[in-house]
Amino acid sequence: MAMSLGPYASFILISYLMATAVVLILIVWIAIDYRRQKERLRELDAAGIVRRSGRSTVDVQ
Amino acid sequence: MTLIDLANPTRFLTLTARILPWLAATTAILLLIGLYQSAMAPDDYQQGATVKIMFIHVPNAWLSMFVWGVMSLAALGTLVWRHPLADVAAKAAAPIGAAFTFLALFTGSLWGRPMWGTYWEWDARLTSVLILFLMYLGLIALWRAVEDPSRAARAAAILTLVGAINLPIIKFSVDWWNTLHQPASVMRIGGSSLDRAFLVPLLVMAVAFSLLFITLHLAAMRNEILRRRVRSLQMMQASRTAA
Repeated sequence: MAMSLGPYASFILISYLMATAVVLILIVWIAIDYRRQKERLRELDAAGIVRRSGRSTVDVQ
Repeated sequence: MTLIDLANPTRFLTLTARILPWLAATTAILLLIGLYQSAMAPDDYQQGATVKIMFIHVPNAWLSMFVWGVMSLAALGTLVWRHPLADVAAKAAAPIGAAFTFLALFTGSLWGRPMWGTYWEWDARLTSVLILFLMYLGLIALWRAVEDPSRAARAAAILTLVGAINLPIIKFSVDWWNTLHQPASVMRIGGSSLDRAFLVPLLVMAVAFSLLFITLHLAAMRNEILRRRVRSLQMMQASRTAA
């Protein structure tokens, strides 16, 4: 069944595309930030910096 | 595991690692169902197909206020109970809330053009939501400007609680003033005025976006805990080097 969006199809499509883009940007930004923090913790661990508890800096989920 | 246990950031990280994949999968499935139902929803007798914009505009508008509400509770946690995760929760929520508010404004503007004949009108509802968006940006700027997290936390918490005054203004602006924006049609006394054909996809999308917020928020909180751990270790490293 073909879907007709009428004379304002571009308004509807741009709304959905923008929502998709913003959500994807949020997901990618959070994923990159997670990798960056894990990488920094690995570097600190390699430099021999440990937490007060004595646990490795990379001992995180 | 009790709520008190979650106050421990390490336990929080362990729990988050366990539930995030499930939350993400459930969110994706619900979003797909919601998008399918939105696409299949009939045209409105007045608005035609532009009613489909409602299925993303309304959940984002609800969440723009809900996220500030969550941040206000977190601000109380910072100021009153000094909960270790309260400021982490507020700081992690702000960019997500700003994104939802931007989407509410953007899609509302695109919905307004064919319905009202204008993209923008300085009426009470639109202006108060724009103020909410600017407050989100201000809070994000504050957290970035102050390097010490504990000092930034107090200032941000106070600003958040002051900004919460805007929430009832947004909600009741359509009742208190004459606005182009329509009054509440879902959450109102006497029940929803929406037909079931529109209400079901709208509620599915609202639940899906709410789960999306929870998923992104937990992931962003995890990042913020790691960032603070990195900061304290770097300070430890710097003090060792100085000694």
